Amino acid sequence: MSVKTLMINGQMVSASEDQTLLDVLRENGIELPTLCHLDGLTPIGACRLCLVELAGSNKLHPACMTRITEGMEVTTHSERLVKYRRMILELLFAERNHFCSICVINGQCDLQQMGYDVGMDHVRFEYQCPAVEVDASHERFIMDHNRCVLCTRCVRVCHEMEGAHTRDVMGRGGSSRIITDLNQLWGKSGSCTGCGKCVQVCPTGALFEKGRSAAEVVKQRDFLVYIKTAREKHLWIQ
Amino acid sequence: MDSIMGTETPGNANHRARPRIATLWLGGCAGCHMSFLDMDERLMDLAPRISLVYGPLVDRKEFPDQVDVVLVEGAVANEDNLHHLQEARKKSRLLVAFGDCAVTGNVTSMRNTQSSAGVVMDRSFVENASLHPGVPRSGGILPRLLDRVIPVHQAVPVDLFLPGCPPSADLIFYLISELLEGRSPDLSDKLKYG
Amino acid sequence: MTGEELLAAAEKEQAARRQAKYCVAVCAAAGCHSLGSTSIREIFQKAVNEAGLGEQILLYGTGCLGLCHAGPLVEIQRYREDSWERWLYHHVNEGMVAEIVRHHLGGDQPLAQFLYPLDDPFFRSQYKIVLENAGRINPERLEDYIGADGYSALWKAVSEMTPMDVVREVTQSGLRGRGGGGYPTGLKWSTVAKSKGSRKFVVCNADEGDPGAFMDRSILEGDPHRILEGMALAAYAIGAEQGYIYVRGEYPMAISRLKTAIRQAEKVQLLGNRILESAFNFRVDLRIGAGAFVCGEETALIGSIEGNRGTPRPRPPFPAEKGLWDMPTLINNVETFANVPAIVRNGGQWFSRIGTEKSKGTKVFALAGKIVHTGLIEVPMGISLRQVIFDIGGGIPDGKQFKAAQTGGPSGGCIPLPHLDLPIDYESLIKVGSMMGSGGLIVMDETSCMVDVARFFMQFCMDESCGKCVPCRAGTAQIYRILEKISSGTASLHDLELMEELCDLLKHTSLCGLGQTAPNPVVSTLRYFREEYLAHIEQKTCPAGVCRMGAPDAACGSAEPVQEKENCL
Ligand SMILES: Cc1cc2nc3c(=O)[nH]c(=O)nc-3n(C[C@H](O)[C@H](O)[C@H](O)COP(=O)(O)O)c2cc1C
Ligand code: SF4
Ligand code: SF4
Ligand code: SF4
Ligand code: FES
Repeated sequence: MSVKTLMINGQMVSASEDQTLLDVLRENGIELPTLCHLDGLTPIGACRLCLVELAGSNKLHPACMTRITEGMEVTTHSERLVKYRRMILELLFAERNHFCSICVINGQCDLQQMGYDVGMDHVRFEYQCPAVEVDASHERFIMDHNRCVLCTRCVRVCHEMEGAHTRDVMGRGGSSRIITDLNQLWGKSGSCTGCGKCVQVCPTGALFEKGRSAAEVVKQRDFLVYIKTAREKHLWIQ
Repeated sequence: MDSIMGTETPGNANHRARPRIATLWLGGCAGCHMSFLDMDERLMDLAPRISLVYGPLVDRKEFPDQVDVVLVEGAVANEDNLHHLQEARKKSRLLVAFGDCAVTGNVTSMRNTQSSAGVVMDRSFVENASLHPGVPRSGGILPRLLDRVIPVHQAVPVDLFLPGCPPSADLIFYLISELLEGRSPDLSDKLKYG
Repeated sequence: MTGEELLAAAEKEQAARRQAKYCVAVCAAAGCHSLGSTSIREIFQKAVNEAGLGEQILLYGTGCLGLCHAGPLVEIQRYREDSWERWLYHHVNEGMVAEIVRHHLGGDQPLAQFLYPLDDPFFRSQYKIVLENAGRINPERLEDYIGADGYSALWKAVSEMTPMDVVREVTQSGLRGRGGGGYPTGLKWSTVAKSKGSRKFVVCNADEGDPGAFMDRSILEGDPHRILEGMALAAYAIGAEQGYIYVRGEYPMAISRLKTAIRQAEKVQLLGNRILESAFNFRVDLRIGAGAFVCGEETALIGSIEGNRGTPRPRPPFPAEKGLWDMPTLINNVETFANVPAIVRNGGQWFSRIGTEKSKGTKVFALAGKIVHTGLIEVPMGISLRQVIFDIGGGIPDGKQFKAAQTGGPSGGCIPLPHLDLPIDYESLIKVGSMMGSGGLIVMDETSCMVDVARFFMQFCMDESCGKCVPCRAGTAQIYRILEKISSGTASLHDLELMEELCDLLKHTSLCGLGQTAPNPVVSTLRYFREEYLAHIEQKTCPAGVCRMGAPDAACGSAEPVQEKENCL
């Protein structure tokens, strides 16, 4: 594996060629908010929170999907990037019901934490207040679409890790919805194995276990990298 | 406690110099005001330093003139809310959106998923009524609902946002202390929603 | 079919046309079709037969003749002394058919009162490459296309050119993508040609989703073999054996013509294995889209062909490197492919002499809105907007004043009066804040409100956003909401500021072109008509008288008290 040198916020940094820019940034202690990305799942570059500037390009690039190249010059926290990140979070908070006071994972939520990280003390946009559903038909889990940010982590984990592909996305734009099977109730799904992986990866209170209070919720995500590594290195068959 | 709960005595030079603080209770559950009271013994520290001139904790009908700081709890849900808020804005130097309902609309605004106030009134007074269904009609009893509940900053300019459901007593104390010291409170690393 | 047979077939067709007493082309495109041209054609055929002229008259349906507002259109042609004479009948009805057959076809007396003058600027200022076969061929007959030199470029390529020769010819022509972006086609071809992959693909983007655009549809319906030939040339050039045409399901006529054309071409080995007895193999399949605008975006289109949900993905990698099933894939627009046979046939040099320095060739536009001649036109690049709107388009109806023209659809912008003399090419349009787009041209007059126009396009983008990335999904909804407030007179200057911030956000952070360009109509109307926005906000009036001020505002966040209602207090 060859080693590349890049310049991050004016600092020289070396990294191995198979790393994404996001890996390198994290390794060097530079934190970016990420919502759609989760170690172990295929990156999709959808939330746009991890956008960075690259010298010589007039576009912004999602760090989670950017391959590093020799001599790459990266800026991660320019004034406009910081502003854009806050605006994107404001858009998300205004899109559906993200009132933390009545959320089962208040205090454990990635979205909430990101709001704190960017110093979002209020949302300047109008709250859209759509009427969306809660699916409590599954015997152990609940899907509350009010909290969903459409990051599709659940869709990807179900497809890539569990192999069930119970979840998918339906509709377009603001009316997009995460669905189970062909838009059936979760409790009626024939493909869901009840593994709970989707619940673990969900960054918000959209997917949660029944009968647990906010303080008891701990999202476990290490299993992703664990399974992925085992799979890639064929650790099952050894 | 006296001077916190009461109004300042006009003409008393000592009192006149104290910052005049008001609180306003709009569409919220009063939890933020409870949290205010949760400052407990720190209220004693504050008492000699401020004049609490208006709010649910004060026996006064009209929002007074020349208020230095007003803490607004609750979302703007009806015409009365809107009227009081506009009045408070006019008469106050600094307006703080106090708590999640004021900052975001929070639970108070969850009726916005319904298309209009009429639908909400029907749902509350007709569909879900077990005895005597019917929307009360005689004027002047209930303030008229706005079609949509809005956070404070969508109705009037806001100077400071103090989210939290409720904001902790520590945060409230911090905010007021900073203001008393003549500093602008920096809440960016102390944010908490919910 | 061998090359010799192809040439012989062409010869035969041309002779038949020359020998006919008259060729009668009835427009069979959607515009005229909807005005009843199909039954006109039947009536015509019957009248011709009854007059005993069946043997001498070639009667057929043809592709869009352009003057859609004056349909049904019938073009009559006659070969005489080495040249073609032409007459165009407009607003043709049943009664006229009988007279035309009797006097014109039977008695050689054209009926001047029904004719549209062919020396009208509408025709004179046009230059036809892509649409050259409109009026000349029946799109459902392969022989007609062959008779119009069809597939001769393919024969030329497989018999005398190397794949690199073809790429070179296209590069030299200066052709740029007609799907909106204007990326140099030759450069794209050479990239795909050089990319490594065990298989390669050619994809024709026929998703045409801009509101009001029908250029690609007209080409597909009017000359389907032209697209197949263009794709085959591309496949030969880049080394692909499989092609897909991604066409929207809302175009049933285009789909049926393409199916017919593919079947015809396969039957005589113009598609399939060993094309024209060479070693070149190429198959084409149709993929029918479900009508999402975003599926025209190339990476979403690829996803859709692969059977996935049509959502864009970040580039790089570009499709040229990793496209369909991660193989190098060439994606071009319908009109781009339609130019290719003519370029290979006549040489890149020939093509590069048409147009401007950086924008070569012609562009097809669909004229719509407040303009006399709505319809389909093809003009050389570099022609001025004024010529297009006032000469070709016939100006603004009802003596109204021109206000602005919108090009590029929901991704484009408006061009106001002071820029009317702007030459139409990729760069100048971008300079004034619009873009070429795929060729929709909507004209607005003094009665159009620019806020309302911006709102219309923003609603389109909001509805068509795929929902994958946050800035576009949630941002278009917020911009739309502010525009709604402005056009009902309930917005503040603060809202305007917020909207401009949002426009900047979407432009720079959206994942694909849809979100990145969605603010363009807002930004450009703000640039040229800011005072109209301010009138809505500050005076609460709509200068054009379009917007209803103070309309009850039911959406989220209104600070207005509810109106007195029966069931309210
Ligand atoms: C939202 C969106 C919609 C698009 N729709 C079309 C379309 O309908 N037809 C088309 O040819 N190109 C469309 N494009 C452009 C394609 O992504 C691509 O650039 C084009 O097909 C390339 O062909 P060209 O180089 O021949 O123009 C669209 C792009 C975006 C971002
Ligand atoms: S519980 Fe497992 S199988 Fe069921 S939807 Fe979630 S990830 Fe898929
Ligand atoms: S349910 Fe959770 S994991 Fe799935 S898309 Fe919504 S927020 Fe993401
Ligand atoms: S910009 Fe819009 S259409 Fe494009 S990926 Fe994002 S949400 Fe989808
Ligand atoms: S984390 Fe990179 S785009 Fe979402």
